[in-house]
Amino acid sequence: MRLKSFRGGAHPATMKELSEGKPIVVHRAVGEMVFPLSQHIGKPAVPVVKRGDPVLAGQMIARADGFVSANVISSCSGKVKAIESRMTSAGVIAQCIVIDNDGKYTLAPGIGEISDYTTLTNDQIVEKVKAAGVVGLGGAGFPTHIKLAPPHPEEIDYIIANGAECEPYITCDDRLMQEQPQWIVGGIRILLQMFPASRAVIAIEDNKPAAIASMERAIAGESRMEVMRLKTKYPQGSERNLVHAVTRRKMAPGDLPSDLGCVACNVTTLAAVYRAVCLNEPLMEKGFTVTGDAVAEPGNFLVKIGTSFAELLEAAGGFKTEPKKVIIGGPMMGIAATDLNVPIAKIYNALICLTEDPVEKADAQMTHCIRCGRCARACPVGLVPQMMNFYAERKDYDRYVKLHGLDCIGCGTCAFVCPAKRPLTQLFKMTKGVILREQAAEKAKAQREKEAAKV
Amino acid sequence: MIISTVVVLAVAGLLMGLLLVFSGEKFKVETDPRESAVRECLPGNNCGACGYAGCDALAAAIAKGEAPVNGCPVGGAPVGEQVARVMGVEAGAAREKRVAFVRCAGTCDVTKNNCVYVGISTCEAAMTLPGKGVKACTYGCLGYGSCAAACQFDAIHVVNGVAVVDRTKCVACGKCVAACPQGLIEIVPDAAPLAVQCGNREKGPIVRKVCDAGCIGCGLCVRQCEHGAVTLQGNTAHIDYEKCVGCGKCAEKCPAKIIRNR
Repeated sequence: MRLKSFRGGAHPATMKELSEGKPIVVHRAVGEMVFPLSQHIGKPAVPVVKRGDPVLAGQMIARADGFVSANVISSCSGKVKAIESRMTSAGVIAQCIVIDNDGKYTLAPGIGEISDYTTLTNDQIVEKVKAAGVVGLGGAGFPTHIKLAPPHPEEIDYIIANGAECEPYITCDDRLMQEQPQWIVGGIRILLQMFPASRAVIAIEDNKPAAIASMERAIAGESRMEVMRLKTKYPQGSERNLVHAVTRRKMAPGDLPSDLGCVACNVTTLAAVYRAVCLNEPLMEKGFTVTGDAVAEPGNFLVKIGTSFAELLEAAGGFKTEPKKVIIGGPMMGIAATDLNVPIAKIYNALICLTEDPVEKADAQMTHCIRCGRCARACPVGLVPQMMNFYAERKDYDRYVKLHGLDCIGCGTCAFVCPAKRPLTQLFKMTKGVILREQAAEKAKAQREKEAAKV
Repeated sequence: MIISTVVVLAVAGLLMGLLLVFSGEKFKVETDPRESAVRECLPGNNCGACGYAGCDALAAAIAKGEAPVNGCPVGGAPVGEQVARVMGVEAGAAREKRVAFVRCAGTCDVTKNNCVYVGISTCEAAMTLPGKGVKACTYGCLGYGSCAAACQFDAIHVVNGVAVVDRTKCVACGKCVAACPQGLIEIVPDAAPLAVQCGNREKGPIVRKVCDAGCIGCGLCVRQCEHGAVTLQGNTAHIDYEKCVGCGKCAEKCPAKIIRNR
């Protein structure tokens, strides 16, 4: 059978062999833990603890502010050292809660008690997921409780467990599917109960045969679940492409998966939903891969959220050689790190240390666009990066918007395939930022004028 | 045959001509002849420094009497006198000269660098980096010269990692102000004796970690000033030039030496 996939994409070297054979190691951080108030899409959470307060592992330390926001949970026990501005992993200075970790990991009462999800209503489940601070752990950080409460739950007919893990190097989802499939299946069961008209598809790229076998074993006898093998192609794991590959439904710009009857969650998120609902464990730890040719012992970890990257790197044996480039996240969409003394937030899943900077190499070889159109064939969204590049360079933002340049997902495929080595993705990211800022400013101006007119 | 063709065309031409003459008279737009004369005097950069949308708009405003005759900062006093002659008025005192000023002194030797950056060499592109650019300070001049590229007057250049304004050439058109993604450039009176050369709004310890030439927000300058001209705005000193008398006491006391004589 032909493997399912989407139109476009690219085939970067997967480089997963560095860490795919390494079992998950539970890492218990000993140093101070830092919890940024914004680890998700939406408004930052509001602290509910003060300096000097004792906290227990699993205790909520910041409350979601508004609808699109998420709670922040302490992953360790200790004392609140400070609530202050700190450098975060995204390279911005933001408000963080700093906790002096006592290393005992004393759990808050009630954590680990087993609950039966079948006795809970949908609202109760959503409430539990919200309280646990679960967000999309694949990297988007969209609060999961919103995903689980779509406007028309009866119309949801697909639950897609995203096990594609299409970014090169990263293997933590692969290992999770091999080692803890019951967590993922538990999460899917909860979602199947919430959406009675649905069936679940666990979508995995075919370069992870062990994970496919493990998930197939775990769902044996389940009538409403299936494992779907997908072609190994980047960016298979992007929501839009995954929904298309699994259901053949096309998401228009601005559509959410729920508009097409789908709920798509990363497998790690589903595991977190299971642990939140059935084990009463809020989101305190997540799978994480430390890899790259500059790391002494690449491996997979179950790391406490709030641990510093530097501490986890030590757990992986530190640097074998001096790295030239360190990336937080995957090599295609991740961000280059300049400082490793920053906390691991909910949305990060890998630290990649490379002895060679591929961007520097590409920059040295950059030439003019030869209009070969390779970028247009590769773009998973169906855009024409070559033309977008032309207009973005000339700052002709109207034409850029007309080419749907704002729908660029920044996956990096165009820049990856470009034979002229043009920094397309960076240009689009920057142009999008400029246009969105301009639009926001115009909107604010119109609002002010409207208010002035009223007065 | 030929004669009738010539006659028909001649008559048609005559009628058209008459129509044009008639409509030209009927729909004539009254323009002030002084407007085009004023426009002739203006330099034609269309830079917008006067606050109007280009030289045409300024000429129209001067002709209507809405703008002063010396409204063009690029032309300065000589153009002001020419325009005054056209308008038949006194040129009056020259407008106070204003110049752009870059609120950053984080040159390569005093600020720390986070990384080596390769990629698009503009400030907007460098802003997309985590940590906003190569320098450890997230507020400082990025040093990729988007301001220099925007300047029509060759008045701003990146020197040793920081944009520096050439005060003799600057006409305060504000193009660089708009081009700076950090919002570090402001227009100040050229005669202003002192200036705070830092835009970092963080508290002292954070600033000290990233730059040796950063305002630490200690507030000594505010206490020194007898005229209430210096205030702290988000941990950074700010001088109100309306009140400043240029005594220099703030600069004397500044421990970071970031209030400087210009």
